Amino acid sequence: MAKTAIRTRTDPSPVSSAAPAGAAPAVRVRDFHRRFGDVTVLDRLNLDIAQGEFVALLGRSGSGKTTLLRTLAGLDSAGDQDVTVPTARAVVFQEPRLLPWKNIWRNVALGLPGDVRSRAEAALTEVGLSHRMDAWPATLSGGEAQRAALARALVREPRLLLLDEPFASLDALTRIKMHGLVLSLWRAHAPAVLLVTHDVDEAISLADRVLVLEKGRIAAEERIDLPRPREVGAGFQAIRRRLLGHLGVDVAHAEASRATGESALIAFPQ
Amino acid sequence: MSLADTVRFPATFTGVRWAGLGRRWVSPILLLVLWEIGARTGLIPSRVLAAPSAVAATFWGMLVSGELPTNLAVSFVRVAIGLLAGVAVGSGLALTAGLSRLGEDAVDPLVQMLRTLPVLALSPLFIVWFGIDETPKLTLIAFAVVFPVYLNLFNGIRAVDPRLIEAARSFGLSGWSLIREVVLPGALPSFLLGLRFALAVAILVLVVAEQINAQAGLGYLINNARDFMRTDIIVVCLIIYALLGLGADSLVRAVERRALAWRPSFLRT
Ligand SMILES: Nc1ncnc2c1ncn2[C@@H]1O[C@H](COP(=O)(O)OP(=O)(O)OP(=O)(O)O)[C@@H](O)[C@H]1O
Ligand SMILES: [Mg+2]
Repeated sequence: MAKTAIRTRTDPSPVSSAAPAGAAPAVRVRDFHRRFGDVTVLDRLNLDIAQGEFVALLGRSGSGKTTLLRTLAGLDSAGDQDVTVPTARAVVFQEPRLLPWKNIWRNVALGLPGDVRSRAEAALTEVGLSHRMDAWPATLSGGEAQRAALARALVREPRLLLLDEPFASLDALTRIKMHGLVLSLWRAHAPAVLLVTHDVDEAISLADRVLVLEKGRIAAEERIDLPRPREVGAGFQAIRRRLLGHLGVDVAHAEASRATGESALIAFPQ
Repeated sequence: MSLADTVRFPATFTGVRWAGLGRRWVSPILLLVLWEIGARTGLIPSRVLAAPSAVAATFWGMLVSGELPTNLAVSFVRVAIGLLAGVAVGSGLALTAGLSRLGEDAVDPLVQMLRTLPVLALSPLFIVWFGIDETPKLTLIAFAVVFPVYLNLFNGIRAVDPRLIEAARSFGLSGWSLIREVVLPGALPSFLLGLRFALAVAILVLVVAEQINAQAGLGYLINNARDFMRTDIIVVCLIIYALLGLGADSLVRAVERRALAWRPSFLRT
């Protein structure tokens, strides 16, 4: 249980949803390195995430997305490198990672001091799971379990919410519902969000800004100024084409396969 | 077998099961009847094996005279103490080895070495060390119990899903709270499995340990009965040993059902 050398900052009151201009960013990473043995995974990486900003992170498999996220979560020692993150942060992993021997609300309340049942219940209500708060995790469906994991992150009132492919194992319909849920929770609580995903459409639909991680650093960046909810239109298509280009995907081929329905269209119920 | 046969099976499953259960009693009862007939006709001398009816009568007699309850209590206390001590030591060692690399290096090689010793072969040594009263019996049981508890708990601790540990750490758990909330509950199923092995081993060793100059206990009853060729008493004691093992096992199962209520296998039943 190595103590992380990560620098954390105690936040100002978590009130305004719009980050004041010029305020200190929620996340600040400078010249960050991470090496496993001889393999350098992250190399002179710079990253800023503003307060309340929703950032999506794309990158090929093995490009170091999870490594970066674990660093920001304090799960991977940053050494004495220049990494600043808020103290209040929470992670949702690809799998729900609920402790099977604790019922749902105790999972949500994990590690919180004091009488926290009502807080857990409030968080579970927000994700629409208050009726299952006494259930065992093994009895939840995949989508429900992931919602419980979201509640467990939310209940900590994070200023930085780290999502590592949280929808990857869900079916397309559930995923669309989860997108809507995440957006509404983000609007209500206004944490900075870093969403790691493989799904370009998902990234464009949700984020204020999409980053591409490549060769150990942020190789490309797209700001998404489309109004939410985002329908797949001309602006959307242009951004997708650019991002796929950054990811080294043959765009013409990708478009063709999309036309034959290999990739799901994304629309958001409000 | 045709496909029709295989698919019909689940539909009649409950019926098959009950009929099956009834059928399963036929051969043991038949054996008892043959045994009784053999004994009555003198085919099986009572010196060799007492008749079931004689065993039942002896059982009843020993029960009302208090001979059986008092000796059973002595044996029971022996297993209980030996088991408790063995489980305590085994758990302590497993926790030491499971929770730290240093502990593993210190404890594991030692335990792995000692584990290869056949426990029962140690009884002469234990008698030399501890005399012939209660101590060698208890230490022998305790010694045997240490290993199943240690091996299962140690494995259980090490097999706790690292992703759960990572998640718990991300929510601020560390040190003792991490062990209490994640590691120990995660290792509990393995521990209980170890406990079941431990109970079986404890009773096995009890049987042998009680042959060491016992003044009371089931083993004492058996030794006495042997000297007087009372096969009826011997059979009664054997049945008690069996019941002891059965009871211990169902006790752990009951604990499992309560403590592991969260497991999918229990949730579905
Ligand atoms: N603990 C570790 N020890 C050694 N190598 C590691 C370790 N963790 C990650 N790596 C390596 O670092 C690289 C980046 O891993 P990481 O998990 O960050 O990739 P990723 O971008 O999240 O990939 P994916 O999209 O498949 O999840 C990989 O090559 C991986 O093998
Ligand atoms: Mg990853």
